[in-house]
Amino acid sequence: MHREFLMGNEAIALGALAAGVKVVCGYPGTPSTEVLETVAKRRGEGVHVEWSVNEKSAMEVAAGAAYSGARALVTMKQVGLNVASDPLMSLEYIGVKGGMVILVADDPGPISSQTEQDTRTFAMFSKVPLFDPSSVAEAYAMIQDAFDFSERHSTPVFLRPTTRIDHGYEAIDVKDPDEYRVATPEGFVKDSSRWVIFPRLSVRNHALIEERNASISQEWDMSRDFIVREKDPAIRKGVATHGINWQYVQEALGEGTCRMLRVGMPFPFPEKAALEFLDGLDEVLCVEELDPVIERGLTYVCGKHGLHVRIRGKLTGDIPPSGENTTELVSAALASFLNLSTLQLFNHSTPPEAPALPVRPPVLCAGCPHRASFYAVKTAMRGRKTLYAGDIGCYTLGNAAPLDVCDTCLCMGAGIGIAQGVWRTEPDTICFAFVGDSTFFASGITGVINAFYNQADLTLVVLDNSTTAMTGHQPHPGTGRTMMGQVVEKVSIENVLRAIGLKTVVTLDPLDFEASVSAVKAVADEKGVKAIVFRSPCVAMTKPPGKSHVDPAKCVGCGRCVGELGCPALIRAADGRKAIIDETLCTGCTLCEQVCPVKAISGGDRNATEVRHA
Amino acid sequence: MRRDFILCGVGGQGTILASRLIAAAAMRRSLQVRAAETIGMAQRGGSVCSHLRIGEGAHSPLVPKGCADLIIAFEPGEAVRMLPYLKADGAVVCATRPVMPVSASIGRTKYDAKAMLDHLKSNVLNLTLVDVDKAAERLGTAKALNVVLLGAAVASGALGFDVAEIEAAIREKVPAKFLELNLKALRICGTTRNHTTSGFFSTASDTTSTSTQRCAKRSLAPLRRRMAPRL
Repeated sequence: MHREFLMGNEAIALGALAAGVKVVCGYPGTPSTEVLETVAKRRGEGVHVEWSVNEKSAMEVAAGAAYSGARALVTMKQVGLNVASDPLMSLEYIGVKGGMVILVADDPGPISSQTEQDTRTFAMFSKVPLFDPSSVAEAYAMIQDAFDFSERHSTPVFLRPTTRIDHGYEAIDVKDPDEYRVATPEGFVKDSSRWVIFPRLSVRNHALIEERNASISQEWDMSRDFIVREKDPAIRKGVATHGINWQYVQEALGEGTCRMLRVGMPFPFPEKAALEFLDGLDEVLCVEELDPVIERGLTYVCGKHGLHVRIRGKLTGDIPPSGENTTELVSAALASFLNLSTLQLFNHSTPPEAPALPVRPPVLCAGCPHRASFYAVKTAMRGRKTLYAGDIGCYTLGNAAPLDVCDTCLCMGAGIGIAQGVWRTEPDTICFAFVGDSTFFASGITGVINAFYNQADLTLVVLDNSTTAMTGHQPHPGTGRTMMGQVVEKVSIENVLRAIGLKTVVTLDPLDFEASVSAVKAVADEKGVKAIVFRSPCVAMTKPPGKSHVDPAKCVGCGRCVGELGCPALIRAADGRKAIIDETLCTGCTLCEQVCPVKAISGGDRNATEVRHA
Repeated sequence: MRRDFILCGVGGQGTILASRLIAAAAMRRSLQVRAAETIGMAQRGGSVCSHLRIGEGAHSPLVPKGCADLIIAFEPGEAVRMLPYLKADGAVVCATRPVMPVSASIGRTKYDAKAMLDHLKSNVLNLTLVDVDKAAERLGTAKALNVVLLGAAVASGALGFDVAEIEAAIREKVPAKFLELNLKALRICGTTRNHTTSGFFSTASDTTSTSTQRCAKRSLAPLRRRMAPRL
């Protein structure tokens, strides 16, 4: 054992390695990404790690490994589980041989996600048992338990941390590599009555799954679901909670203030522990994030056993229905529930009224090639009726003023389909679908085939910055690198598009502004499905060779560069007119130099960039 | 005794490394450390903050409002944004250089950085303003802003770690080729206000009076005793 200061995701990765995981796959997504990256960094011999092309592929690779008796981990964010749900729903009917943990990171807030979906609810839907850790240290221990549990019950299991666990840090004790579990997988044993899903198998296994889950509900593993007793038995109120909220509750209430239940496995719902917790209480407050899973579970248990306990929480308006909880919010709810009338808990003196705070949404970085791509398309289409369907990635930030080149964004790869649907309804609209390189491979290709086959009219714009940028620069099939450190043949986006049948596939350097604008004009006016690939590396992966400067003698203060590009490095001088460049941010991409009508900006160099490989 | 810190700024300024360095210094003293970081979309030029809680008694990785002993702000507007987290007698170390949001540069929103600094001056007793442009000029680069501010926090006495401890953390965490720059950056604000800082983290025996007062203000524990009969 030794002590390390670890991010929750790092702790989960080390826990999986300690449990003897053999195959680890996933698709990047905040807040889950660092789990797989840490496995890649800290793995020993014989551990395979890969960024799969998407979550569905990752789930299937992990399932195959688990069929063969290896311990497998698959990682994703909560919306990634939607992509992987097809194999998962059937996999639960088939089961596994080697332990299989599905790490799904939920994101209350949401801080970096499209939805506030709760994987605990997904566990109920898919019938897959779920572990819900409350701290970094517990996440480390729980993933090891989860592998054992998975093997014992021959089922995949979820480990579901939320952002504050994933991206929380704690100094914890972890095993040394020589303490890791060692086991040789048995290998795949052919048995079509076990591994081939047919209706007869499904109905048989469905019954077995229900029976197993009912029996897990009646077990009470006190390390997962624990009760902290009240000091004063006259207090007939209790608090039930989970995950990071357990920390908020403890921070607010001293131990023994009232009875507390921490639910570590919300599905199958721990009925036996719940009955013990409810015994003798009049009222319970459920402190939860995302869905009211414990609240519904306790309400069900009360109904089933005829208990007269009032269950409160999200459904009764005592806890907000959406958003992230905080210690302050939980404290206020507890003070109100426990009639601690003076709400002094964390009731800091109200600070004096502050001046208007700067509005600071995330933006494309200074020098980001996506800015140049968006500006070229926008310039080429000035005055035309257009639809700019966006997608998931850094380039979603093209929606912000002044670029405003992202009319829709739904989920990974959806922009390509949305553009087709809009065009079907309004054929006089020039429809563009923007998609990043990693997203193209993950779920863009089928949309392009659909458009080509069904004779749509669409310009696909692939924004290829040669990395998965938003989640922290992961390699993908187009980069020619793998997480095992191999240099491999790149999958060519252009060749994929040509193989589908597209006749027009144009590759452009977005930082060559004029050439980009004229090419966009030409391509957009062609009929059918055609593609532009804007290729320029992410600025976070390159070393700027020069920086641009504004010559104040030449600058006429027209504001075109500042006002139209929205580059964080371009600001107005104190006089409010002339442009100046923040050299700490400028990467010398030269877009502003090319856009300046009086050629007052110079010094950048868009070519001599050196790519830094992660 | 516990110390709670907030480090805040704009995505890309390097708050995470600064937070890791303080955590490493705390680890070297065998103190419990909890932290939370902003990772994800906000790292693209949005508001970011690190929470850091050192010593026993913290549960959540997030510092509750009104509990931070020190805010290290990489940007004046972000300091004001996080001010509700500061304790009544807490300290603020703040870079004076504003980072203009794009929405303000293009005239869609307003950002008056001077108003932010004035607000800090009139509302924070223990305030250290750091002219990071001057520091960058002397260092020849703006790249070590995070360690410049960390050095200022050490010098202010509010961090609870001395220069040698942070230097040891830098030697542990920073790649060799950036080591010299970072060590220079650490001392660029001077170490003149050489407070006796070790007392912040002394063990239980000598912390009773202050920690109880703090506790009375912030935690339900003492209230519980008074309120119990009404439950």
